[in-house]
Amino acid sequence: MKTLHMIIDGKEIQAEEGATLLQVARKEGISIPTLCEHHELSPYGACRLCSVEIVKGGRTKVVASCVYPAEEGLVVNTATPRIQKIRVIILELLLASSPKGEVEKLAAEYGADSGKFAKELTFCILCGLCVRYCQEVKGEGALGFIGRGVERQVVYYPHLAKESCLKCDQKCVSLCPTCILPNIFGLAIPAFDKTYPTVYPVRLLDENNLFNLSNTIK
Amino acid sequence: MATANFASVKNGGMDTFGKITEICLKYGGEESYLIQILLEIQNEFNWLPKEAMLRLQDELHVPLPRLYEIATFYKVFSLIPRGRNLIKVCTGTACHVRKAPVLINRVIQLLRIKPGETTDDLRFSLETVGCLGCCALGPVLLINSEYHSNPTTSQLEKLFSECL
Repeated sequence: MKTLHMIIDGKEIQAEEGATLLQVARKEGISIPTLCEHHELSPYGACRLCSVEIVKGGRTKVVASCVYPAEEGLVVNTATPRIQKIRVIILELLLASSPKGEVEKLAAEYGADSGKFAKELTFCILCGLCVRYCQEVKGEGALGFIGRGVERQVVYYPHLAKESCLKCDQKCVSLCPTCILPNIFGLAIPAFDKTYPTVYPVRLLDENNLFNLSNTIK
Repeated sequence: MATANFASVKNGGMDTFGKITEICLKYGGEESYLIQILLEIQNEFNWLPKEAMLRLQDELHVPLPRLYEIATFYKVFSLIPRGRNLIKVCTGTACHVRKAPVLINRVIQLLRIKPGETTDDLRFSLETVGCLGCCALGPVLLINSEYHSNPTTSQLEKLFSECL
């Protein structure tokens, strides 16, 4: 495997071809905050908290380090004022929907103002950790996304969960960075026939509901 | 609202699954052709029945939630029954100015369905769409991808009667 030479935060380092900037930086002991990254899952690039600045051909550019592959001669800065500012704004936007868990911790660390944006509490930041763990690692289909844009949400398919969730380690629950999934799941797993208000990010969909899916998410 | 079941949409319940297998085979059962496969299934049945999705899950080994994620992301896919004849009325800016709402009302009165609905006999579905790119013809109405410029009520009656 080819070895690449890069400069991260002024430090000359060597990286393996095919690694992402995030992996290279972490190996060098440089910490980059993430919410949607997990070592068992493929990179997703959803939360953008891992944004870093790269210098290429004399120009600087902000990229998501979890999906950007290492390149020969790349100069990377992980904590410039521009990057810090971007992270604070991302966190402030996330706080508007989910002021708990990992988000709350990182917000305190970066000094994000939780009152900057009006609250719209859905308690889900659409990081996709639970969905991807279910589909990628377990190859099961109890959780999924539906919809697009502001309508996008995580849904839970009880008729599939009946078979798959009970024999699964249910690690998806502990992955949730906003602490909402454990709360919903704690209630939902034993009672498959319960219906929940639609404000919950993990919505209960029964088979008849699936039929009218495109109507219900309008 | 039509609640026709899968079998009545396409005659011969047996061959419906065969058709899905056939479409999958055409694309080599490759997951990467998923959207093309979904489009072909929709062409076949006019919508994406649940039974078809379950069958597709087995054929392609893609989790069902992944299929529904894609089917709800793209506007072309319909998860509720749609009629054999799709009527689209343009409500783009130019058509709106040229009285598209009046045209829609004409269609609503003839078919007795609102935009987004399907007639009980699964003959027609009515949709409103954004710009169709032929603003000079506005207000435009599309019957199964055939363009008609500002049809009158009697013209509409004739056009609809030609649709089976």
